[in-house]
Amino acid sequence: MSLLTVNENGLYCKQGDFYIDPWRPVKVALITHGHSDHMRWGMQHYICHHHTIPILRLRLGFDQSVQGVGYGESFEINGVEVSFHPAGHIIGSSQIRLSYKGEVWVFTGDYKIEPDGVSQPFELVPCDHFISECTFGLPVYQFPSSSSIYADINQWWRFNAQQGYNTVLYGYALGKAQNILAHLDLSIGDIYLHGAVANVNEALATIGYSFPGVHLRSDMEKSKIEGAVIIAPPSANGSPWLRKLKPYREAMCSGWMQLRGARRRRSVDKGFPLSDHCDWRQLNDAVIGTGAQKVYLTHGYEDNFSRWISENYALEAFVLKTLYNDGMEEAE
Amino acid sequence: MNFVELFERIDATTKTSEKTEIIYNYLQSAEEEEKLLGIALLMGYKLKRPIKTTDLREWAAQVAGIPLWLLEESYYVVGDLAETLALVLTKDNDSRPFYLRPLVQDIIMLQKQSTEQQREVIESYWSMFSGTSLFLFNKLLTGNFRVGVSRKLVVKALSRYLTTEEPVVEHRIMGKWDPFQESFETLFQEEISQEKHFLPYPFFLAYPVEPNFFEHANIEDWILEPKLDGIRGQIVVRQGEVFVWSRGQDLMTDKFVEFQVLHTTLPDGTVLDGEIIPWKDGYPLDFQLMQTRIGRKQISKHNLEEVPLVMVCYDLLEWNGEDIRGLPLHERRRLLEELLKDDFLSPILKISTVKAFQSWQEAELFRISSREHHAEGLMLKHRDSPYEVGRKRGNWWKWKADPMTVDGVLIYAQSGHGRRANLFTDYTFAVWDEEVLVPFTKAYSGLTDRELTEVDQWIKRNTLEKFGPVRKVKPELVFELAFEGIGLSTRHKSGIALRFPRILRWRRDKIAQEANTKQDLLTLLNTRNESNR
Repeated sequence: MSLLTVNENGLYCKQGDFYIDPWRPVKVALITHGHSDHMRWGMQHYICHHHTIPILRLRLGFDQSVQGVGYGESFEINGVEVSFHPAGHIIGSSQIRLSYKGEVWVFTGDYKIEPDGVSQPFELVPCDHFISECTFGLPVYQFPSSSSIYADINQWWRFNAQQGYNTVLYGYALGKAQNILAHLDLSIGDIYLHGAVANVNEALATIGYSFPGVHLRSDMEKSKIEGAVIIAPPSANGSPWLRKLKPYREAMCSGWMQLRGARRRRSVDKGFPLSDHCDWRQLNDAVIGTGAQKVYLTHGYEDNFSRWISENYALEAFVLKTLYNDGMEEAE
Repeated sequence: MNFVELFERIDATTKTSEKTEIIYNYLQSAEEEEKLLGIALLMGYKLKRPIKTTDLREWAAQVAGIPLWLLEESYYVVGDLAETLALVLTKDNDSRPFYLRPLVQDIIMLQKQSTEQQREVIESYWSMFSGTSLFLFNKLLTGNFRVGVSRKLVVKALSRYLTTEEPVVEHRIMGKWDPFQESFETLFQEEISQEKHFLPYPFFLAYPVEPNFFEHANIEDWILEPKLDGIRGQIVVRQGEVFVWSRGQDLMTDKFVEFQVLHTTLPDGTVLDGEIIPWKDGYPLDFQLMQTRIGRKQISKHNLEEVPLVMVCYDLLEWNGEDIRGLPLHERRRLLEELLKDDFLSPILKISTVKAFQSWQEAELFRISSREHHAEGLMLKHRDSPYEVGRKRGNWWKWKADPMTVDGVLIYAQSGHGRRANLFTDYTFAVWDEEVLVPFTKAYSGLTDRELTEVDQWIKRNTLEKFGPVRKVKPELVFELAFEGIGLSTRHKSGIALRFPRILRWRRDKIAQEANTKQDLLTLLNTRNESNR
């Protein structure tokens, strides 16, 4: 009998009678991180990393029952030993390790191995059963190093600013936005934030994080903004909110931008393949590194990646159907 | 600026004014020896693919250390082979310099080499390049390099760079020329280009008429002609030779053998503009028939008898060796009638009919029923209009018949290419044949980006089976499809082929059972054919 299985509510641990990142309301939910496809509304009790709590309160309200844990602290639920370990995806993101009768399971949630300079770097947790996302589980997704991407972003911002253009960078309000903010060259110009980004930054400020940038409010004089960078969520692409910032050039920051087609479909000027997920190489490294004999692949190119794993590494690989990242393009 | 930078900069903007500026900068700063080749590539100069793509896939998979099936699966997601190869072969190190001219020459040389030699050359380029250089090399190698600039934009930039008017530039770069044989001097200097007697004039093209046109236009100022469904072309007779050009600026003389005798009947220095169309027993034949004729390498006697071609002429651009494009249309038309008045030229050349209507209302009645008159609408041309260059508003308009429509059920989907890669956008539709859905057409365009995304999500959730890149989906969604023509076909399962099928709208109000039937299509086809008799 597997320690973790998928049922209609989500990823379930029968022995411990709790769920991880469930998609339907349940009693006890262990939460890997604060993105909306993993942290859903309606659970009676949430358990997550301390740094996910302000996000949870921001998105789900203050009246939730939440218990915070630190990385590496272990506790028991009905005899199952549980601990959270850094996943390197966003602030507070965790892999969840379960140990029962000598058998160790790890669910990665979303993760990346390359450190982003903001969230706690990924920790390789040895295990027997490894449940891994594989959002970018194809060999066409081999991202350039993030340092070279940030250099490109700053160079492009400077180029635009010199021509009198504003620069709009689209990235997920939680995670991507903070990573970009931490790597912008402040000498180039001013930084403004869409409300969604400003709200997340404000929530993170309560636990001591600080990021540059001014909340761009509707009553601000926009004609004076020139050569600035504006950080906004992807949904702001094409919205009237932007019109007053003309002239501007816009870029999407997402691993999907690795493909030209995905960028051209967005009709943005530029795409930076900046991702908070593992690329192909990182996924391979992680799968081998854990030492697990059984690997379960979920949300992504799981059919192809599991076939590759089992053919190439002589490991047992399985596809695990979940409801994370259903609309892959938008949900990074 | 070199070619790689040119491509990256064009690729990094969606604004046409910026693209023109970038090309202009390239012309100013690029190495003289690659410039013309660069421009030719922007305008669609194609290299013959020297190599089988199956070979490329296998070699790339081996170099990348992945199995072939994984490369194929990746290709389905990326939707572009050159890009897929570049991505799986990517390296972190910087690219070596990209010299366009020797590189293109090497690719041309591959055609004469053995497979082993080819592999050696290609793998050495693969190891030299990364990023955009690697991508561009693969694009040129697979023979499908394209970049988001129109010919018009390149002409604009050239015009500015050469300080020559756009129509002159346009004229000089018409037709096929070899960038390795030509230079900026041979192409653009006046006296040499005189020798190019085979060149057509740039085509004057019409926009769809705008609704407010009719508020001000006086019908008496306009020449109205039925719009025929053929291939737009020019027949050039100069120095005792005949050249037939299609609108795509392909020299089609060999395909349209009928016209090769015209130098014996038309005076030297004649250029005709018109519609090339299959015609038999006094009426146009189905357009589909001409397409099968054009597709053939060898045209048999049988083909010539079954599908004889004529040109329905509507304009005269050169007369007695003189460029008369500046004359008013009614003058040109008079000269054209004069030229063709002698019956001996038929049946190869016909003159386009001018319709006399008392009012726009009367013209509208013709337009609505134009299919019964073997036409697909009306052309409206101002009687005083000169023959302009390219697509222009104002003097010429097309006023097309409404398309025919049918409701079909979505049964298969495949992911698209280019900007539609990784999104299911290529659909196959079916109609009912008794209790069974039979596929009858594919259609690509017509939905908004928002609808495309929505249908894409639906497809991912409602897949019944996968065959490689194709998904079979639950037969549930109904779409209204528009098309311009319908004919019998032996190639399609349903036995029916549509012309210009596209999605008109998503019929969310209909369930699959309410879609049209094969019988409906056959009825439509028969009514159409009856009117042809």
